[in-house]
Amino acid sequence: MKQSEAAARLRAEAAKRILLTDGAFGTMIQSYRLTEADYRGQLDLTLDQKGNNDLLVITRPHVIAEITEAYIAAGSDIVSTNTFNANRISQADYGAEHLVRDLNLAAAEIARDAAMAAEAADGRPRFVAGAIGPTNKTLSLSPDVNDPGYRAIEYDELKDVYREQIDGLLDGGADFILIETVFDTLNAKAGIMAVLEAGEARGQEVPIQLSFTVTDMSGRNLSGHSIESFWASVRHARPLTIGMNCSFGAPQLRPHVLALSPVADTLVMVYPNAGLPNELGQYDEEPTTTGGFIGEWADNGLINIVGGCCGTTPGHIAAMARAVRGKPPRAIPTPPVRTLLAGLETFTMAA
Amino acid sequence: MTDTPASSSNFVNIGERTNVTGSAAFKKLIMAGDYAKAVDVARAQVENGAQVIDVNMDEGLLDAEHAMTTFLKLIAAEPDIARVPVMVDSSKWSVIEAGLKCVSGKPIVNSISMKEGEEAFLAHARKVRAYGAAVVVMAFDEVGQADTKARKIEICERAYTLLVEDGFPPEDIIFDPNIFAIATGIEEHNNYAVDFIEATKEIRARCPHAHISGGLSNLSFSFRGNEPVRRAMHSIFLYHAIPAGMDMAIVNAGQLDVYDTIDPGLREAAEDVILNRPNRPESGFESPTERLIAIAERFKGKDAAAEKAAEEWRGWDVVKRLEHALVKGLDAYVVADTEEARQNFARPIEVIEGPLMDGMNVVGDLFGSGKMFLPQVVKSARVMKKAVAHLLPFIEAEKSAGQKAKGRIIMATVKGDVHDIGKNIVGVVLQCNGFEVIDLGVMVPWSTILESAAANDADMIGLSGLITPSLDEMVTVAEEMTRAELAIPLLIGGATTSKVHTALRIAPAYEGPVVHVLDASRAVGVASTLMSDTQRDGFVARTAADYEAVRVAREGKGQNELATIAEARANRAPFDASLVPPAPLQPGRHCFDDWPLADLQPYIDWTPFFRAWELAGTYPAILDDAIVGESARSLFADAKKMLAQIVEEKWLTARGVAALWPCRRDGDDVLVKPLPFRGGVGVEQPHLPISSPEGEEEVRLSFLRQQMKKREGRPNMCLADWISPDGDWLGGFAVGIHGIEPHIARFKANHDDYSDILLKALADRLAEAFAERLHAHVRRELWGYAAGEQLDNEALIREQYRGIRPAPGYPACPDHSLKPILFDMLDAGKIGLTLTESFAMLPTAAVSGFYFGHPDSQYFGVARIGRDQLEDYAVRRGADLKTAERWLRPNLD
Repeated sequence: MKQSEAAARLRAEAAKRILLTDGAFGTMIQSYRLTEADYRGQLDLTLDQKGNNDLLVITRPHVIAEITEAYIAAGSDIVSTNTFNANRISQADYGAEHLVRDLNLAAAEIARDAAMAAEAADGRPRFVAGAIGPTNKTLSLSPDVNDPGYRAIEYDELKDVYREQIDGLLDGGADFILIETVFDTLNAKAGIMAVLEAGEARGQEVPIQLSFTVTDMSGRNLSGHSIESFWASVRHARPLTIGMNCSFGAPQLRPHVLALSPVADTLVMVYPNAGLPNELGQYDEEPTTTGGFIGEWADNGLINIVGGCCGTTPGHIAAMARAVRGKPPRAIPTPPVRTLLAGLETFTMAA
Repeated sequence: MTDTPASSSNFVNIGERTNVTGSAAFKKLIMAGDYAKAVDVARAQVENGAQVIDVNMDEGLLDAEHAMTTFLKLIAAEPDIARVPVMVDSSKWSVIEAGLKCVSGKPIVNSISMKEGEEAFLAHARKVRAYGAAVVVMAFDEVGQADTKARKIEICERAYTLLVEDGFPPEDIIFDPNIFAIATGIEEHNNYAVDFIEATKEIRARCPHAHISGGLSNLSFSFRGNEPVRRAMHSIFLYHAIPAGMDMAIVNAGQLDVYDTIDPGLREAAEDVILNRPNRPESGFESPTERLIAIAERFKGKDAAAEKAAEEWRGWDVVKRLEHALVKGLDAYVVADTEEARQNFARPIEVIEGPLMDGMNVVGDLFGSGKMFLPQVVKSARVMKKAVAHLLPFIEAEKSAGQKAKGRIIMATVKGDVHDIGKNIVGVVLQCNGFEVIDLGVMVPWSTILESAAANDADMIGLSGLITPSLDEMVTVAEEMTRAELAIPLLIGGATTSKVHTALRIAPAYEGPVVHVLDASRAVGVASTLMSDTQRDGFVARTAADYEAVRVAREGKGQNELATIAEARANRAPFDASLVPPAPLQPGRHCFDDWPLADLQPYIDWTPFFRAWELAGTYPAILDDAIVGESARSLFADAKKMLAQIVEEKWLTARGVAALWPCRRDGDDVLVKPLPFRGGVGVEQPHLPISSPEGEEEVRLSFLRQQMKKREGRPNMCLADWISPDGDWLGGFAVGIHGIEPHIARFKANHDDYSDILLKALADRLAEAFAERLHAHVRRELWGYAAGEQLDNEALIREQYRGIRPAPGYPACPDHSLKPILFDMLDAGKIGLTLTESFAMLPTAAVSGFYFGHPDSQYFGVARIGRDQLEDYAVRRGADLKTAERWLRPNLD
């Protein structure tokens, strides 16, 4: 199988400095105050489309391109595709599931074009992460409290949903597949299988980025895993990056970053929210505040790649870029060979 | 979490109760579709200590795929079950794959094999990997199931090579070399257990990082219906298979016997059968199998009626008896006596508050006034613990709000460190004095410590550690306590901790009181003072002022007492090239899988043993010491007794490796060629020139140099100074004492801290003795430069021999991070030695180091070094400055 050149280039860059990924799309899209007509464009769809942000890559591509460029201008080395919900399950809510392939193709092309233009302008390598959200279905949990054995979706079905999205993203020019906001570890494992099979079909390694999310203050995701047992569960993917996004602000994520950093023998990428939402559900943490937290992580050698999730803007990314400039990236550790197993807890055996 | 010991272990119990082929009761539930009760079986199994649960639905009348997925989805919804990994067990691949689609986490597949050829085997293995699972590989190939030792080894090695070359992580491979029934009456079956055990040893050696598992119940199939005999056979089998390298088994953990509690007659007969020993003609039977069958008859429903020798004190009143038992540390009758007392009192708590605490107060007074010593106190605590353990269920049943102890203390050995003898002693002493101790065990991350402190409303936290990296971890805990805005006192203890380090590093990181506790005898005083309303503030203020004074004094100490590294190097020890030792007689690597323990006994240095128990003095004079002599004699007698048992019953296994490599000096580094020496036995070449270009196949060992200003004529020493730049030899070694876990578990289960600490202390002594013995062997035989050396043990302890064996982490070579390099060169994993992230060795009783053969080589302390050497060292090690700083922190101020 052909090895990914993009992954090798990213590793080479990450060895030199702390890299930046981008920030939120949702927050930025809101500021355009788009109407139903903007969202819908020329498409013939029966249901309301306002709020279907993933559709904009077809109907208002320049909006997505502008946001992407703004992040690049702020210092992002990696830009992600605007495809968090561009999968058959989520698009079914908008009656737009037949558009999934087009959405992913178009989104990847927008990100690819912006990345190539920036790289041509200043010679600094840029990368495109094809973003895959968790869908709104879980493989590990029953939605019915009276029937704990019930599942709203099965593994193979979810794997096919992911595969359709992955093929669109790769055909559109994504360098990596970013499985993000993992609230169910088994969903992520199905996603990993889909990427491995896509790579197999192409005869080309498809690098995987994995990003866990904690859903409550116990530090676990919905399926009950901690960042350590998540790592044990997905290490077979040999991910290009592992880390966390969303959840809370940087201070709440810090203990989990601290737990992950010494055990993960790969790059660590973390992109928190701009703090916790206020009473109105808005994120009002100032860029300099977020930047301060990230700067402290950098001082302690905890991270290789940083960026933002909900509520973050190019301003936040620029503040982070300033905060990490000149600071050495986290050194990738080489932990001893151990057998790692996991239920909800990690189980380590000497090997 | 209280499951720390189970989450990292050298032997893994895989629960077998959720297996329809192994449990008739479970099968009945599944066949009847009663999944709710089936889930309860899984829960009970995890509660009883299964570390992994095996799920198998292979039953002809079942839709196995449906049953497997249904059951796995149901247990996924139960966090108290789902916390442990699952073993998806089926002979059908389709059932396994269906199961894997329901399991989050990282499960184990049981099993795949080469039964249908290599292609199908690899196809399954790739799928297993893509699903993110580990795998059990059965020793089964196109020809059939492996029965002999040779076949087991051949098949497993072939499978291993195929898998590893295909990219399968070796640590995720678990071999099942097939346990077959023995004592079947068929002669060809007699050697099956021996074949398994011997094959296990060889497979572990040939297949690095892979594990060995097996299903035990097959072994005793001939004794169906006779549980005592089956249990004995399983226990004896494990007793021999675990030291050989078996590290997992599908077994009902609750149904194993402790090896030395098995009836001696049955044990001998069963062991003869398992180990296929020759018949004992004096037994009057034709074969060991016949003898076992005959003896087995006796155990069908055997009831052991113990006779109790009546002793004088047994006639006393129960309160008096309890006090006597506590003071004398006698535990034989304590449960019965406690029960009798419980019936005499209105509430069970009154037994604790009354006679038991009275007894412990007597012990406390005797200890406080120096009339009783630590070993006896720990024995008394064992009695107390057993009594309290008996009362607890009654107290809980009564649901009283609970008497508040004097104070509640969280104790932990910090993350990365595994040493706990000292911590356990402090815990016992505090408990004896009315404190409630919540012991979180070893390798405890700061988050667990903080969580536990919050959850238990702790009054203080006590941290322990033995190795220097633990000092940093303690600072981390202190920082995180600050972050969590705690204010409770933090107590620091353990061999490498010091008042100076506590004052300089830990106290500034935490706003609450930080106190360094020198030894166990001070712990009670410090803890009591901190709990006292009247004394606390004064004590805290005095301690803080004291530490501030330490800091000020440290600052005042000028930096100019150090030489620059260049000056220090110029003042290196003179090197006498004419004394370079000859080339070794037997260069390369030498493994010792089972060094006879009896041979190590004479090499034991007993003085540190007494120090571990806080008895001051030198052996053997300590035995006649006017003050501690009696206590030391009693402890020594117990130690000797246990040591005899350890040797006779082979509780422990001494495994070690020594190696001798060509090398040369390069500045303060030694460049070593760790590859096996290929050029024959090099006796005729006393100074083997190393021709390969620098760095190609050489490993760089960087050593540190003393930088304190020396008087005229005293060199600034560095270990590299005793290696010739023109070609020389260096040795390395690592030894460990294995197999302690089941015995510790047994002692813990019996609330027997005394035996627990005693055994750990003895294992430490055996490790040191082994290091001494191996060094002698190296000097006399392997290297051979001291072939005629004759030294008695006292001379050995005083190190009156030629050459030294400095260990990473000790004063001459203080950087623990050399250990991974040393371990790699030695391939120490092969003899079962591993390192934690803080470079502590596992098993805990272990020693490693380098051999220097030059007669001028000597021990010294590197002590404080300057920034210039730190920066230089970082470059030589290829590490960033921060990492190097962390490694060398203890030498930086």
